[in-house]
Amino acid sequence: MSADAAQRTIRCLVAKVGLDGHDRGAHVIARAMRDAGFEVIYSGLHRSPDEIVQAAVQEDVDVLGISILSGAHNTLVPKVIEGLEEYGADEDTLVLVGGIVPDDDTERLRAAGVAEIFGPGTATDELIEYIRENVPER
Amino acid sequence: MDLVESLLAGEHRALARVISKIENRADGYRDLVAQLHEHTGDADVIGITGSPGAGKSTLVDKLAADFRDQGETVGVIAIDPSSPFTGGAVLGDRIRMGSTVGDMDVFVRSMSTRGSLGGLSTATRDAVRALDAFGKDKIVIETVGAGQNEIDVVRAADTVAVLVPPGSGDDIQMLKAGILEIADVFVVNKADRDGADRTIKQLREMLQEGPATATHHDKETSEDDTADAWTPPIIETVANRGEGVGEVLDAFADHAEYLDASGRRAEIDRLRTAEEIRTLLREDVHELIETEIEARGGLQSAIDRVVARESDPYSVADEILEPIVSAFHDGRADED
Repeated sequence: MSADAAQRTIRCLVAKVGLDGHDRGAHVIARAMRDAGFEVIYSGLHRSPDEIVQAAVQEDVDVLGISILSGAHNTLVPKVIEGLEEYGADEDTLVLVGGIVPDDDTERLRAAGVAEIFGPGTATDELIEYIRENVPER
Repeated sequence: MDLVESLLAGEHRALARVISKIENRADGYRDLVAQLHEHTGDADVIGITGSPGAGKSTLVDKLAADFRDQGETVGVIAIDPSSPFTGGAVLGDRIRMGSTVGDMDVFVRSMSTRGSLGGLSTATRDAVRALDAFGKDKIVIETVGAGQNEIDVVRAADTVAVLVPPGSGDDIQMLKAGILEIADVFVVNKADRDGADRTIKQLREMLQEGPATATHHDKETSEDDTADAWTPPIIETVANRGEGVGEVLDAFADHAEYLDASGRRAEIDRLRTAEEIRTLLREDVHELIETEIEARGGLQSAIDRVVARESDPYSVADEILEPIVSAFHDGRADED
């Protein structure tokens, strides 16, 4: 590869939405992504869906990983995705959800536009590989 | 509608995508930037630099909020280092941009230094262009002031503020090594901490013994050298409480006025343009040479010869450069 060849770096937003204050998992994920050579933007805690949409659009991320442990995913995640739609950013952004999501809710989230849901115990390698394989073409 | 049209029409998504293309040096990014150039030149560009933990992001956040209060739109480019080993980065400046979240008229973009492939100053300058063409009134570039690369980056700004945290003589030492010259405004942040007075005193001393600026040379010829010279003010802030932020804004405004009144703005613009063209050419020639090396099947055989002492690095470089050198010679000969 010549020095000036286009350098495509995968950009990810790791987002904490809503009121839950547990971000150990988000930190672990952010670090794993960084070590995989991705550029990771971390939202910080307690963000509203609008704030996440703003960050995802401005940062032009390939991957939006939403971490939710509060159980409010059925309300918050669709709001984020609707926001992305408003900016035309839903089609080429890979939306992932991590955290505690009951099996009954997964179909609903998928229907809303979530590509994959990663529960507790997911190996970071598995996540990185999934992203590499599914990152949207742009 | 193509990307440039969408950007000029005010679509955030298009602006974000253009900056991505600039960062990735994606196919066609040069055309994009070329088209944007004529729409630029209206924004005030401010650089904020300083050591890690000096409070840059917090200050930028407060500045952005104050600009918004004045009805100005804001673009922020926050640069963080990426790992030289994996190329990965965690870009955390956004977390501190809490005062303006939800306000799309503040466009914050995190950029990484992307390893050693260089071109960071070019990418930053082009990203500034994109924000300027989009119509942002104020553009803030925030970067860690650690090396030449970062200094080159803030040179894209018309006004550069250097943040100094109090209490550490070492920071002042670092300033001596080149950052002193680029500062238009000094901000001693966390001024409520012990040692702030001493830091201010040290800075003041250093400014008095500082390098002669270009204006000093014309002292005898210039009729009105007070209007000509700019002495960087030293401003105390406690950014997380918003103290002193108004004074920083005033200093920026004063500096902008000075740039216009002294004709320095036009001068800087020309110098910067010259430097930009040179940088582009360096990168382009570099790429040409890489292609040439590849076409010759890499450097292995040349390395063999040099290692075996049959040739030397200079002769090898001359050999590879030969076609370019002779093309230039021929080109000039044709003109005569």
